Amino acid sequence: MSTTLTAERPRSQAPAFHVVDEHAHPEGSSTMLGFWIYLMSDCLIFAVLFATYGVLGGNYAAGPSPKDLFDLPLVALNTAMLLFSSITYGFAMLAMEKGRVSQTQLWLAVTGLFGAAFLAIELYEFAHLIHIGATPQRSAFLSSFFTLVGTHGLHVTFGLVWLVTLMVQVNKRGLIPANRRRLMCLSLFWHFLDVIWIGVFTFVYLMGMLR
Amino acid sequence: MLDTSTVATHPLFGRLTLESFPYHEPIVVATFVAVVLGGLALVAALSYFRLWGYLWKEWFTTVDHKRIGIMYMVLGLIMLLRGFADAIMMRLQQAIAFGGSEGYLNAHHYDQIFTAHGVIMIFFVAMPFVTGLMNYVVPLQIGARDVSFPFLNNFSFWMTVGGAVLIMVSLFVGEFARTGWLAYPPLSNIAYSPETGVDYYIWALQIAGVGTTLSGINLICTIVKMRAPGMTMMKMPVFTWTSLCTNVLIVASFPILTATLVLLSLDRYVGTNFFTNDLGGSPMMYVNLIWIWGHPEVYILILPVFGIFSEVTSTFSGKKLFGYTSMVYATVVITILSYLVWLHHFFTMGSGASVNSFFGITTMIISIPTGAKIFNWLFTMYRGRIRFELPMMWTVAFMLTFVVGGMTGVLLAVPPADFVLHNSLFLIAHFHNVIIGGVLFGLFAGIYYWWPKAFGFRLEPFWGKVSFWCWVIGFWVAFMPLYVLGLMGVTRRLRVFEDPSLQIWFQIAAVGAVLIAAGIGSFLLQIAVSVWKRRELVDRTGDPWDGRTLEWATSSPPPDYNFAFTPMIHDNDAWWDMKKRGYKRPLGGYKAIHMPSNSGTGVILAGISVVLGFALIWYIWWLAAVSFVALLAAAIHHTFNYHRDFHIPADVVVRTENERTRLLSGQV
Repeated sequence: MSTTLTAERPRSQAPAFHVVDEHAHPEGSSTMLGFWIYLMSDCLIFAVLFATYGVLGGNYAAGPSPKDLFDLPLVALNTAMLLFSSITYGFAMLAMEKGRVSQTQLWLAVTGLFGAAFLAIELYEFAHLIHIGATPQRSAFLSSFFTLVGTHGLHVTFGLVWLVTLMVQVNKRGLIPANRRRLMCLSLFWHFLDVIWIGVFTFVYLMGMLR
Repeated sequence: MLDTSTVATHPLFGRLTLESFPYHEPIVVATFVAVVLGGLALVAALSYFRLWGYLWKEWFTTVDHKRIGIMYMVLGLIMLLRGFADAIMMRLQQAIAFGGSEGYLNAHHYDQIFTAHGVIMIFFVAMPFVTGLMNYVVPLQIGARDVSFPFLNNFSFWMTVGGAVLIMVSLFVGEFARTGWLAYPPLSNIAYSPETGVDYYIWALQIAGVGTTLSGINLICTIVKMRAPGMTMMKMPVFTWTSLCTNVLIVASFPILTATLVLLSLDRYVGTNFFTNDLGGSPMMYVNLIWIWGHPEVYILILPVFGIFSEVTSTFSGKKLFGYTSMVYATVVITILSYLVWLHHFFTMGSGASVNSFFGITTMIISIPTGAKIFNWLFTMYRGRIRFELPMMWTVAFMLTFVVGGMTGVLLAVPPADFVLHNSLFLIAHFHNVIIGGVLFGLFAGIYYWWPKAFGFRLEPFWGKVSFWCWVIGFWVAFMPLYVLGLMGVTRRLRVFEDPSLQIWFQIAAVGAVLIAAGIGSFLLQIAVSVWKRRELVDRTGDPWDGRTLEWATSSPPPDYNFAFTPMIHDNDAWWDMKKRGYKRPLGGYKAIHMPSNSGTGVILAGISVVLGFALIWYIWWLAAVSFVALLAAAIHHTFNYHRDFHIPADVVVRTENERTRLLSGQV
């Protein structure tokens, strides 16, 4: 895959069969591809959860339906939190490109706050649902709803732990290539969760209200 | 919220009590004693010869793809013995449980045995063998120094071991699942399987699954990013191609298994209603999901093995592989089609004629690319100068055996026929026909083929041939009766039989199993004899078979860095091309080589995962919480280590390469 071939030998002789000057494989040169493939595998987990919701989402078992439960303004607020956190992560990446450590950290912190707000609202929503008896055990619809939305929430939680870890690491070592690569991976992860959420918002909440 | 009200749980030990240990089962107790004594002997021997430090530094913490590959093979071999012990116990039970006899296994134990047999053979024998060979061979075939993510490779291996450990623990602490190897609900739900068996199943597979998925990502990246200059996609060796497709399948299917098992765990632990019979749950949803993983899994196992046969056929026929391009396309087509056939595992679900027809037809279509491969191998052999060494013998045995398995598969793909044959012993015979006759024969071909590369000496052929004939004849004797029984209507997983006229077929099958046992025994003996006679069997050239692909260009065993200079590729059969065009191995100009460092984190993370799994299985919540936090902390701690590489100094490379020069010139 490398283009650092050695000088061409004369045609009459056998061609060069090895690289004389070792081309360096820069550390982490496969990381973005590898992380992207990981995200696609994660995407399949969500695909299963979406499919399960698609199949079981109408099985209310004489229990509450989306219309009885969902509070769209609250979900819209929640969606806004997550979308804003994606924008602010973008700002952090722009600051990183310019090599500005404190600005990067600031935007990362803002991102983390938006993410935490998203989680808080989601937990509030879950607590409310469970309080009024719409528990995951109530029906297959609620089982698949809680699992799909909860799995996304767990991912955001994990993303927050990762974000804090990276902030500590940037603080310790600055924006060295390894840290830039890690921030880039988290960026992919964070935007990926945003995309998944747009699916959840549309497919579960908006279309749920239309059912 | 946890629905554990049905089981009394102790705050310290969860639901683990003295009764959890199956001391009333004499067979299990005897096995346990044997394992403990064997284990103690092993530990004592390792301590006596002071090998712990060596093992830890050179093997357990290694990030070298070659050593990890060998460790995968060792894991597969150990688990093969366990899985086969289960198999022969079942054969014996079915051969004697006639005419009012209950046999020697009670139902409780027998049901665990057939479940464990399936789970172990697929997840902890076939998968480690296949992953091990890919790990060992792929980086060498593409001229790389290691995989893309060497630490991740070590971690993946230990997670696979972690899963295997949990399964082995279930033998002596509590019980294993009694549900069959795919744990269909509602049987596997908490209402019908309240014991620990299904939980062992779930957590063993989840832990091993993490390893499998990550190793899939790793090998895809390796093949896409690390190929030596000049090796375009269509110049990759066929084994590398099939490995690429297999790893794509792994990454695209194991997450489905993970998610499905998560849903099953939620049903069992939290009391959700995904796969229950009431409150809107649908057990058939599980069956669909598990087979969307399960069918690609079949191809995950067989595709790399097709690659092995391609390498072996071409090498031992002394010819370029016939139809390289069609071989690659056939592999890719199989990869895609493997996602469009899952429903053929449950035609009897009642999806209706149209759906069944669709999946019946797609299933039959898969036999076209597979058939193309068979013809490619035959045409490669045609007018070739065939050397019937052990790898080639296994390949020929595969072609004869696998074709039969393929054809019974096409029979089963016809929905009306499947309604008669579903879950009969005909099905059992069919999939053993393709998994033993395909995957296992191929793994043996691969082991014999690459053994000299890995260890620097060949396997001694006499015991290999004994093993070969015992295996091949044993397979036919053991499984042809099952086809007959299946056509007579005998279903799978039965423990006792009424009809005495059936007994003779089960007795024949048991004889076959004994022959296979002899095959396994001779294989182990062969390894022992070969290690004993390794000086006579030594391979100094690094190219004992007159090979064609890059792995034969370096020494046997290869140095840590694989190639002193990264090779440049001009042809599919890169090494053959180099030999033909008078390639001269460079004798100087060596430079320091950049390599990844070893790490113990993989062992630690996998070890904590096993504790976490055990705690969850036994409802020991405090331990689960502690180990989960520890897992997270250990993983985060690992990311604070930024020094993960070193350079092999030039003089070490010079010394290693001079030694090889000496070996090649025969001055030993």
